[in-house]
Amino acid sequence: MGLNLKRLGNIMLIEVCGEFDLSAADYCRQEIDQKIRAEGIKDILFDLEKVAFIDSSGLGVILGRYRKAKENGGRMAISNANPRITKILELSGITRLIPVYPTTSQALRFLGRGVG
Amino acid sequence: MRLRNRMKLELLSLPGNVRLARIAVAAFASEVDYNVSDLEEIKVAVSEAVSNAITHGYQQKKDGVISLTATLFTDALEIVVQDHGKGIDDLEQAFEPNSSSDPERMGLGFVFMRSFMDKVDVVSEPGQGTTVKLRKKLPDKVQAET
Ligand SMILES: Nc1ncnc2c1ncn2[C@@H]1O[C@H](COP(=O)(O)OP(=O)(O)OP(=O)(O)O)[C@@H](O)[C@H]1O
Ligand SMILES: [Mg+2]
Repeated sequence: MGLNLKRLGNIMLIEVCGEFDLSAADYCRQEIDQKIRAEGIKDILFDLEKVAFIDSSGLGVILGRYRKAKENGGRMAISNANPRITKILELSGITRLIPVYPTTSQALRFLGRGVG
Repeated sequence: MRLRNRMKLELLSLPGNVRLARIAVAAFASEVDYNVSDLEEIKVAVSEAVSNAITHGYQQKKDGVISLTATLFTDALEIVVQDHGKGIDDLEQAFEPNSSSDPERMGLGFVFMRSFMDKVDVVSEPGQGTTVKLRKKLPDKVQAET
């Protein structure tokens, strides 16, 4: 599993690569929360293009970050999920909470500000 | 319902073994022609059962033993995941989605197992452990051949 955290203006872009399961969950959670705190960012974009596998442990990390962002008045979007991952996102109910976009640029447009 | 093949593994309750478990079962199941999406669903179901054994059964203790048995019958694949951990007090409640009080969990494990497999049976005894039995029909073509 790999994790890439990039700041794009006021948005934290999170790229998860590989298998997003129990063995990745704690590490991702800590790294993401620490970076968000350090940078003082509210809005989050999860780019799932390189996620090959996800189960409830990975979804729990996304949901947990969403809940925290919401508490801080931030917003979240998901982009680039392949059809299999999209199916799981839908079944989980996450798509009713967090908007899912086919491309990163569309998601960034939704999150709006701060791409400059 | 004849027996075709069986595999049995014993795994320590380590997070890295969730991957090992699902990959082993997918490799075992590839003997029959499940399509990619069936195999993917089987992998998620195995991940959920083994993750639950680690996080809830053994509560992150690293020396618990999880036994994983996969059996191919002529009409179905059966996967049994067993732990000797904490057990489940209230099965009805455990099956409810979003029952979790943990903000980092959605309570989706059993929801996924039930939507991706044809049958899910759980036997659990508080203080003794939990056994989850997952069953998925073989692809039609294979059943016809055997
Ligand atoms: N092997 C087990 N041993 C003890 N308790 C278990 C076991 N498996 C499940 N449970 C109980 O059943 C509940 C529901 O499990 P389920 O996998 O559906 O959700 P979860 O694990 O809480 O959340 P998620 O799977 O979304 O991370 C768990 O919260 C736990 O209390
Ligand atoms: Mg679970």
